[in-house]
Amino acid sequence: MKSEKFDDDSSQEPAIQRPEGDEESQAEPVIFYNETVIDHFTNPRNVGEIDNADGFALIGDPACGDQMKLWIKVAAGYIVDVKFKSFGCPGAIATSSMATTLVMGVYLDDAKQLTDDDVVQALGGIPSNKKHCSLMGVAALKAAISDYEQRSEQQS
Amino acid sequence: MLPFLEGMFGNPSSYHYLGRQVRSALQVARRAMADIFGCGPAEVVFTSGGTEANNLALRGAAGALKDTGLHIITTAVEHHSVLKTAEVLGLEGFEVTVLSVDAQGVVDAQAVIDAIRPDTILVSVMLANNETGALQPVEEIGRAARQRGVLFHTDAVQGFGKVCLNAVFEYADMVTLAAHKVYGPRGAGALLVRKGTQLVPVMTGGHHEQGLRPGTENMAAIAGFAAAAQQAQATLSSEAKRIAGLRDRFEKKLLKTIPSVSINSRGAERVPNTSSICFSGIESESVLLHLDLLGICASAGSACTTGASEPSHVLRAMGLSNLQAQSALRFSLGRSTTAGQVDMVSETLVGIIKKLRQMSSL
Repeated sequence: MKSEKFDDDSSQEPAIQRPEGDEESQAEPVIFYNETVIDHFTNPRNVGEIDNADGFALIGDPACGDQMKLWIKVAAGYIVDVKFKSFGCPGAIATSSMATTLVMGVYLDDAKQLTDDDVVQALGGIPSNKKHCSLMGVAALKAAISDYEQRSEQQS
Repeated sequence: MLPFLEGMFGNPSSYHYLGRQVRSALQVARRAMADIFGCGPAEVVFTSGGTEANNLALRGAAGALKDTGLHIITTAVEHHSVLKTAEVLGLEGFEVTVLSVDAQGVVDAQAVIDAIRPDTILVSVMLANNETGALQPVEEIGRAARQRGVLFHTDAVQGFGKVCLNAVFEYADMVTLAAHKVYGPRGAGALLVRKGTQLVPVMTGGHHEQGLRPGTENMAAIAGFAAAAQQAQATLSSEAKRIAGLRDRFEKKLLKTIPSVSINSRGAERVPNTSSICFSGIESESVLLHLDLLGICASAGSACTTGASEPSHVLRAMGLSNLQAQSALRFSLGRSTTAGQVDMVSETLVGIIKKLRQMSSL
């Protein structure tokens, strides 16, 4: 006698379906970091802290593998200095490093327009499973800018 | 291996002389494997590797014994080819008990034995953990299971070639092996199946491999596997001692030169070649890439989960936090490892860890 459980088709797992619009099926996926990414990882730009910063952000969750802190100094509406520290994977370090170089000396309103794609493009691409890391630098930058704006509002 | 890639292309199941030639080579390989484990040639079932052998053990035993009982016991630190297979069997109506481990990564043998019930059909516990190297009390568990008439399977992929297994059938009914762990080719493995073990194939097809694994045998890989296994067996005791010495030297150096370092499963009996180390406050992939750029190969967690950002299920089961588990690296030593290399890697790590800690936001 067979157990009924084994004859019940509903207990079968559904067939695996490829997600629609799967980006990886369109183009050859990048499987490893390119030279630019490795350069920003081994020699990250703008690492450190800023004393008396005008804006600060702490984002990410170290328990999930990534955390970063980012400081900005603002003068006359321009980012005159930006520094970061990161606990994270090479992708997180490299994208954060590149994000800081892209906004250094840039007008705040322009810096706010920076997107993850801008950072990834400036790095010449990052492996697809590392795309989420690119969110870190840009998200931290935007959070630091809004921290600066809140502080300015409180002062005025 | 080469003769079977260059000219001897006969199918070992064929009647003609080309087939017979390869069939006889297959017999030689099977006999060589059997001699290593003190079993009969018919008890060796060649597979495509450890994953397939683990699937065959779990699904095959479950399928053969489902009318006897539906309860399966395993541990939280098994390889995914056991854990995920057990999980799927759970969805198919089996009841799976997954036992945890202590802080050293070792399962309590008594807890496993106590978990055996009248409807238990299979106990599966690995010989040595692939991430920490911790040895599990498989002999005690296996003997108790046999006394109670319950099948015992051990995934011996990581212990094979480091632990003597010439009497493994005294306590195990099924044993998983993989060729690439003993310098054999990737894509070959075996499930040793003790005579009389109730097992059904998981694939349907021909009568190959005692009816348990249909499909034309991968003769080149099997020949390489048998040759590698024989070599590993011949040098087992001398290599184990030498490599354990190098591993201890490596760990002592790191503990002395880098602050906040902890060695996982250090208090457990371990296979000699594996060292799992937490460098607190850093993320393991960043260390891996620095090492890789210098030509030093290490792993974070297990290689199978690279790309997934989930921390090691093994280290989590040992009670490490996500953060601690993220900081773990695994170093494997082997036949070609020298004391000079061990010293070079430990010295290199000092600088890498210092650099990453300086820029850490923690």
